[in-house]
Amino acid sequence: MADIAARNPTILTGDRRSGLHKLMQRKSTIAFLMALPLILLIAILVAYPAGYAVYLATLNKGMTRFVGFGNFEFLFGRDTFWLVVYQSCLFAITAVIFKAIIGFVVAHFVHNIPAKGQRKWRGMLLVPWVIPPAMSTLAWLWLFDPSYSALNWLLGIFGIEGIPWTGEAGWARFSVILVNVWIGSPFFMIMYLAALKSVPEQLYEAASIDGATWWQRIWYVTLPMMRNIIAITALFSLIVTFANFDIVRVLTAGGPLNSTHIFGTWAFRVGIEGGDIPLGAAVSLFMVPILAVAATFILRDITKRGSEV
Amino acid sequence: MAQVTLRKVVKKYDEVLAVRGIDLDITDKEFIVLVGPSGCGKSTTLRMIAGLEEISGGDIAIGGHVVNDVPPKDRDIAMVFQNYALYPHMNVYENMSFGLKLKKTPKDVIDQRVRQAAQILDITELLDRKPKQLSGGQRQRVAMGRAIVRDPKVFLFDEPLSNLDAKLRVQMRTEIKKVHQKVRTTTVYVTHDQVEAMTLADRVVVMNGGIIEQVGSPNDLYHSPATKFVAGFIGSPAMNFITCQLEQAAGALRVRLNDALSFPVPADRTARYTPHVGKPNLMLGLRPEHIMETRPHTEPNQHDFDMLIDVVEPMGMETLVYFTVNGREVCGRVNPNAGAEPARPMKLRADLSNMHLIDDGTGKVL
Repeated sequence: MADIAARNPTILTGDRRSGLHKLMQRKSTIAFLMALPLILLIAILVAYPAGYAVYLATLNKGMTRFVGFGNFEFLFGRDTFWLVVYQSCLFAITAVIFKAIIGFVVAHFVHNIPAKGQRKWRGMLLVPWVIPPAMSTLAWLWLFDPSYSALNWLLGIFGIEGIPWTGEAGWARFSVILVNVWIGSPFFMIMYLAALKSVPEQLYEAASIDGATWWQRIWYVTLPMMRNIIAITALFSLIVTFANFDIVRVLTAGGPLNSTHIFGTWAFRVGIEGGDIPLGAAVSLFMVPILAVAATFILRDITKRGSEV
Repeated sequence: MAQVTLRKVVKKYDEVLAVRGIDLDITDKEFIVLVGPSGCGKSTTLRMIAGLEEISGGDIAIGGHVVNDVPPKDRDIAMVFQNYALYPHMNVYENMSFGLKLKKTPKDVIDQRVRQAAQILDITELLDRKPKQLSGGQRQRVAMGRAIVRDPKVFLFDEPLSNLDAKLRVQMRTEIKKVHQKVRTTTVYVTHDQVEAMTLADRVVVMNGGIIEQVGSPNDLYHSPATKFVAGFIGSPAMNFITCQLEQAAGALRVRLNDALSFPVPADRTARYTPHVGKPNLMLGLRPEHIMETRPHTEPNQHDFDMLIDVVEPMGMETLVYFTVNGREVCGRVNPNAGAEPARPMKLRADLSNMHLIDDGTGKVL
C-alpha cells in the first residue's frame, strides 16, 4: 500500500494525508517508532525514579518545603557520611580486585580442564552466583556466628581463638567483602573464560616458539587480548558492587557502629528506618558522580583501544 | 647452521596413528618441502619438529641434539603459520621484535635486525602499523619477518600461502624463494600444493597416510616416481594410469592395453620389465605430455594410434584432449593447431620412452 502510494502520489486525496505518509516513510520516523518501547521503559523505570530522587533530595524532612542543597550541605558536615564514602570505596574496589584476580585464576584452571569435564565444573563454579544473595548471605551469617559456627569450630581445632567475624569493625569489613567476592567471582570467571576461549591457540603457539614462558604468554598475549573484557567486566562489577545492599544488610546491617555501611544500606537506614526520605535520597545520589567518573575513564580506554586492535 | 634428523618418529592420537615411524635427514641450509594430501601427517610432522606436538615414539634432533623433551622456546626455531598468528595488539615492529625482546637482546641490536629484515621483505614503511591495517600479503611478509629477525637454526612454514589468492600466492612463492636464497637457513615447508612443492624445494618429501612415500629432488619425483601415489600426486594434469598386460611376442616385449592397442617396450627397459611378463594388476603410467598429436618426424619409442576424443580443453599454449581407454579417462596434451575436436577421431602419438610400469597390487613403480 505504501509502495503504491509512493509511486502514484495522485492516488492520495489530500495534502494532509500525503504529508503524514511521507513522515511515516522517513527512516528516522520508523527508527524512532521501533525504539519507542525501550524509550518508554527507560523513562518509566529509570528516568522517572531518578528524577524523583533528585526532587526528593531537595525537600525537607517532612517533605513539605524546598530546601535546595540543604540536605547535601548537612551530609558534608557529618563524619558518618565520610565514613560511608570511605567504606563504599574500600568495599567496592577491594571486592572487585579480588573478584577479578580469583575469576582470572579460576578461569585459567577451567580453561585447561579437558572439554569433557569442563561443563560440570563450570556449572558447579557458577552456583554462588546463581543462588539469591540474600539466602546465601544468610548461610554465611550462620558460618560467621561467633559461638556455634563451623568457621570458629575449625579454627578451634588448630588451637586458634575464635574470630568475631561480624562483631569487630575490621573483621566485619573483611567478612562483607569476603561474601561479596564469593558471590561475584563466578561472574568474572565466566566472562574471562569466554574471553580466553576467543584467543586463538596459534597466538600461544607463536609465542612459545618466540621463546615465551607461560608467565610471559599470559602477560604478553592473554592479558592484552582480554583487556577490553577485563575492563568492561570490572566496570560492570564496580557499579553493581558499589550499589550493593543485600549482603551488608543481611550480614551486618551496617554495624558494628556503622563500620560496614555503604551508600545503599546507609540510605536505607537514614531514609526508610530513620524516616528522613529526602536525606536518604541525597545519600543515594552520591553514587552517581563517583560511578560516572569511573565509567568515563574505563569506557574511554576501551574505545581508544577498540579502534586500534 | 643446523641439520634436522627424524628417526622412526611416530605420532599417535589415542589409537589413531597420524605418523607411522618416519626417517628423514635434512641437511644444513636445505629447503625441504613436505607435501601430501590432507591428513597425511605432514603438518603433524612439522609441529613435532617445532615442539608443539609431543612425539609418541622415535627421536627428533636439531643440530645434532635430540630435542624430544625440549620445549619449543628452547629449540631455536621460527615458524610461519597458515593464518600468520600475528599478535593483534602489537604493531609490526613489536611483532617482529617480540622474540628478541624476550631473549633480552640489546635494544640497538633489535632495532638493527628488525630494520634489516624489514628491508629484505620490503615492509619498512609498515613497521608502525597494526596487523589489522595490513593486507593478507603484507601480513604474510610480517610473519616471515618475525621469523627472519630471530636468526633461528630452522625455519618452519605451515601452509603459509594457502590463505592468499592465486596471484598473490605465486608472487609470495617467489618471495619466499628469494628470502631463502638470501638468508640460507634450513627450512621445512609444509604444503598440500604440489606446484608449490616443486617450485620451492631443494628436495620434496611426499607423504601419504602417515608414511613417507618418496624423498627426492623435484625432477627426480617427476621423472622417476617410486610409487603410484607419487606418480599420480606430482604433476598437473595428473599422470594417466591405464590397465595393461606385459606380453612376450616373437622375442619382443609389448605392453598390451587391449585387443586393439599395444606398444613395444623401449629397448632399454626390456631387461627391467621381463620378469613381470604375465603378472596381473599391471598399469601403464604415462604423463599427458607424452601423449601428443602425430607429427611427420618420428623419434624412437614413439607410436601412433587412432582414438575417439571425448572432451577438448583449450588452455591457450596447449590443448588438453580426453579419451577413454579400458574404461578410464586418459588425458593428452596436443598442439592447439592440431585440430582436436570432441566426438571426432584423432591420430595421437604415445612417447613410451618416459613410460612407467606400475604394480597396482603393491603400488610400486617397477
